[in-house]
Amino acid sequence: MALIRSSSPHLHNAGSTPKIMRLLLIAALPGIAAMTFFFGWGTLIQIGWAMLLALGFEAAVMKLRRRPVAFYLRDSSALVTALLLGLALPPFSPWWLTLVGVFVAIVIAKHLYGGLGNNPFNPAMVAYALLLVSFPVDMTRWTAPFVLHADDGWQVLGLIDTFKVIFGALDHSAIDAFTSATPLDELRHRGGLTTEEAFRESRVLADGVGAWHAVAAAYFMGGVFLLYRKVFTWHTPLAMLGSLAAISTLFYLFAPDNFADPFFHLTMGATMLGAFFIATDPVTAATSNRGKLYYGAGIGVLVYVIRTWGSYPDAVAFAVLLMNLAAPFIDQYTQPRTYGHAKPKRGLKEDA
Amino acid sequence: MGHVFAFHGGIHPPENKRQSTRKPIRQAPLPQHLVLPLAQHLGAPAEPLVKPGDRVLKGQLIASAAGRVSAALHAPTSGVISSIGPYPVPHASGMEGTCIMLEADGEERWIEHQGLADFRRMPKSELIDFIRNSGIAGMGGAGFPTDVKLHLGEDHIVNTLIINAAECEPYITADDMLMRERAEDIVAGIEVIAHLLEPSHILIGTEDNKPQAVRALEKALKGCKLNIDIRVVPTKYPSGGEKQLIKLLTDVEVPSGRIPADVGIVCQNVGTAYAIARAVRHGEPLISRIVTLTGDALGQPQNFETLIGTPYQLLLEASRVSDRKLYRLVVGGPMMGFAVDNDQIPVIKTTNCLIASTYDEMPPAPPAQECIRCGLCEQVCPAELLPQQLYWFAKGRELDKAKHHNLFDCIECGACSYVCSSYIPLVQYYRNAKAEIRTEEAEQRKAEHARQRFEARQARLEAEKAEKEARRKARAEEAARNQAKKKDQSEAVAAAPSGGVGDLKALKTAAAVARTKLKKAQKAVDSARESGSGDLAALESELQQAQQKADAAQQALDAAERGDAQAAGQPDLKQLKTAAAVARTKLKQAEKALKNAEDKGQDGVEALRATVQQLTAKAEAAQQAYETAEKGESAGGADTAKVAELKADMDAARGKVEKAQKALDDAIASGSPAAEKMKAGVEKLQGKYEDARKAWEAAAGTAQPGASPAKLAELKADMHAAGAKVEKAQKALDDAIASGSPAAEKMKAGVAKLQGKYNEAHKAWLDAGGEAQAPTQTEKPDLKALKQQVSIMRTKLKKAEKALEEGEGSEAEVQELRQRHDAAKAELDGAEQARIAEAAAAGVDLKQLQIDAALARAAVTKAERALGKAGDDDREALRQALQEANLKAEELNQTLSRFE
Repeated sequence: MALIRSSSPHLHNAGSTPKIMRLLLIAALPGIAAMTFFFGWGTLIQIGWAMLLALGFEAAVMKLRRRPVAFYLRDSSALVTALLLGLALPPFSPWWLTLVGVFVAIVIAKHLYGGLGNNPFNPAMVAYALLLVSFPVDMTRWTAPFVLHADDGWQVLGLIDTFKVIFGALDHSAIDAFTSATPLDELRHRGGLTTEEAFRESRVLADGVGAWHAVAAAYFMGGVFLLYRKVFTWHTPLAMLGSLAAISTLFYLFAPDNFADPFFHLTMGATMLGAFFIATDPVTAATSNRGKLYYGAGIGVLVYVIRTWGSYPDAVAFAVLLMNLAAPFIDQYTQPRTYGHAKPKRGLKEDA
Repeated sequence: MGHVFAFHGGIHPPENKRQSTRKPIRQAPLPQHLVLPLAQHLGAPAEPLVKPGDRVLKGQLIASAAGRVSAALHAPTSGVISSIGPYPVPHASGMEGTCIMLEADGEERWIEHQGLADFRRMPKSELIDFIRNSGIAGMGGAGFPTDVKLHLGEDHIVNTLIINAAECEPYITADDMLMRERAEDIVAGIEVIAHLLEPSHILIGTEDNKPQAVRALEKALKGCKLNIDIRVVPTKYPSGGEKQLIKLLTDVEVPSGRIPADVGIVCQNVGTAYAIARAVRHGEPLISRIVTLTGDALGQPQNFETLIGTPYQLLLEASRVSDRKLYRLVVGGPMMGFAVDNDQIPVIKTTNCLIASTYDEMPPAPPAQECIRCGLCEQVCPAELLPQQLYWFAKGRELDKAKHHNLFDCIECGACSYVCSSYIPLVQYYRNAKAEIRTEEAEQRKAEHARQRFEARQARLEAEKAEKEARRKARAEEAARNQAKKKDQSEAVAAAPSGGVGDLKALKTAAAVARTKLKKAQKAVDSARESGSGDLAALESELQQAQQKADAAQQALDAAERGDAQAAGQPDLKQLKTAAAVARTKLKQAEKALKNAEDKGQDGVEALRATVQQLTAKAEAAQQAYETAEKGESAGGADTAKVAELKADMDAARGKVEKAQKALDDAIASGSPAAEKMKAGVEKLQGKYEDARKAWEAAAGTAQPGASPAKLAELKADMHAAGAKVEKAQKALDDAIASGSPAAEKMKAGVAKLQGKYNEAHKAWLDAGGEAQAPTQTEKPDLKALKQQVSIMRTKLKKAEKALEEGEGSEAEVQELRQRHDAAKAELDGAEQARIAEAAAAGVDLKQLQIDAALARAAVTKAERALGKAGDDDREALRQALQEANLKAEELNQTLSRFE
């Protein structure tokens, strides 16, 4: 009999970090399916390519850091980062764009800051923001949903052709028919048109917007699944969507000609993806429940501000990064009231 | 059943309670050797009352409680004490503690014992003592001596008594089985506790996974007159935590760092109530308890009524343990219990459960991964902490931050570790951080203690030193006083005969001594002023005293000498000459000091200046006296000599007055209490001065008819001195007004006075036959003033220019200053020109005059030196020469001063 000595507790829940990551992957499936359905094979190829790269970079960095490679690869965190980046990139983006993005995300934004759990910024969003700033043309050439250019059912660029496009064997001009601006872009560059006119005039806004609605709905489903599985709490997504809805409603009520309606904001761009898959990244978010409310609300407001008055097509990446920056500060001032204490503590020092 | 509230967080681990509740409580086998640790409770270990070889009976007290927080220990069975020494005790660290080893004789012979007939009739303190002597300590796990809690009714108002029957940890069923089978005894125990604490309300809190126990309790409570409620709370770990149960049942939170009694609540474990009942009803001390034996490695999980001191091994074997399957032996629950690696460790009063688990049941925790701040721990923390942040701080050894995040409110329930998706042993981190903080604080306390001790020692040494110093000083003062007394006496003795033939030598010595003292006092004052330390006022008054003494001595000497001179019928020329030389030296010194002081900008310049003036006057007077005396050798100039002497007296008196006045002003300014006295002194001195002045005036009046040119010169010098004073005072006044000093008003009065004096002097001089050169005279000092003004303007201008360069001042200001400066300069130049022209008109080349004067002064010095060296023969001739030189020098000087 060889008894062991160990510290309490002696029981553990079955939950684990790899499991959380895998749940995230599963929850993203509806979204991936919707993206593939409406925008073609590009999304799937991007995700696959990004995951391959992510595992490769992760393994390489772990080797360099002299850590057990297999052990750390199993936590699947790199896969989640790759998934988010793959979903965020335009489906026809060239292979090197994804390569740069994944390198930035895994090597720079994650491991140079100390690896999983120590990175102050969401790696996928750092990569996305960098790509957006560095390669604006490639990053804004979005694929047109099939509903725009087909009268006869489901017609998207073929799998092989998509491969060719992404890996440079086929010139981008050849697939111009399959590209278009996103609804957010269309609305931003509508010229002197009122919102209503833009929705009538623009094909993307008039006919194609349904694709984005569907994708948003798919992400929403995945998010609800994650909430149900208690992968994260409701605080961040609700605060983010709530604040975005509130501020867009406010402006829409005052000037419906100049501003898009709240539903548009909630369903377009990366709002749903951001609310459930990006902003909820616990490593970079505020940590207490109350902190998460502030954090989510901040993202929602920033998304609206950047979308409406900024010069970028979508704002989730920047909004998340900005709030990542604010998270430690929020943490200091949102400590919960501990049992037996009259009021919660604030700041970091006793007298603060 | 009343309302049940909720607490934050909590978890739902698999209960695993069924296994051990299938069989009723069984009596555990009697062990051969019992191991009885002296510290089975919180607080001080018990003190053994037996020694190896002693035969003890079952229930016999073998170790008594030591101190307030401690519990007694009784022999669980009859037998022989085999040894007392260190053996492994139930502790997470696997440490050893002092134990009493008891060899059971198997007879189970009880010591005589009996319950209390009616505990309600007993005084409460006796009842509590009875419970204390029964060795009862909290049976829930912490082992807090029960009697201490029962005393709480004395200094706290206990509204609510909570009987903790939650038993929230998985696996454990000891309390459950106890309630099912022995509910009646439990209620009896509750009655005892209620009698002692007199709560208005009693709540039995239990989880909803013990329906049979609840039924048994309800049955037992029938007919009970106490206000008892059974509250069934939802099964959730850790609802059995004291604070959590209080929150669940009453919605009251125990403030951080306080005990439940502070909010009117006392918690007792259900097992403790049972033990109290056994003691009070049957007189049985705490020698056994119910222990749950469970875990997959056991063939027959069950609850045992076990004697305290029974080694685990015996119980495991009685439950048919499979050594092959046994992987981990946990004492207590799986959440807060500790694993042991030795099955010879005994059951103690707080041992409620033994879990013999297999590998699959409690596998080792997987290697910890990085915290991803998923926040699951925060959701389950019953203390509402931020475990993820605490972990971060504990890991980074940011102990201050951990403390600030309420680390010490952590109850180490393990809920956070249980849910941690990265398998981080969070509780271990917290325990470690707590221990580190405690160690640090202990060290700080130690350091603080050491510091205080050191400081106390230092202060003591200092005090001793000061005392020694004070004693030394007192002695020195005493000695000084004695000596002074002696000296005064001798001085008085010396002074007395001076009226007669004159013990001139003694007087001289006395005067010299007085002067030395004065010098010393002056030095002390100066140094004190420089270092700005301490008792300036006292020192100054000392100085004054010395001065007075010195003056008195000098006067006495002078008087004696005068007597001599009068006796001789003529002034002692030599004496006078020496006096004049001394006066000049002094003057020079004073001037030097003044210049020094002015250069350094020290305070006290005014005083020095006054001194210089005085000395100038004195020197001149002495010179005059000498000259007149010399002249009067032929013309019987005794009168003039006398006048000069009187004048010197008067001057001395005036100096005294001035000094005293100054001291008085200082004293008033510094708010010294001696001011009143000093004022009186000043008035006295003033009176003396007036006397002297009158005497002099009288003498001068008689001397006036034969007023010599020397006399005239003297008057003139007086006048000049007065004029200079007026000027200076005027300047000081201007400065004061400019700087807005509050003393301006006073100074104005002073200037007016000085002006009056000057006028007087001027008049005296005119009366004495001075040329009516008043206009030029008044014109002349202007030159100096002009010079000063120019230099001031220059300085101001420079300053302004510098300020302008640095971008501070304004251009216009500088311009204005420059203009003013130029104007002043022009005026000065004009005045200088006028003066030269005037001199030329008087037929004197100013420069030549200056040179001549210097030459004459040099000749005087030479002559003086020669006179000092020369023998008696040449003396007369030399003296003549000196006199001539002197006269010439004086004349030239005066001529020169007229133009300057």
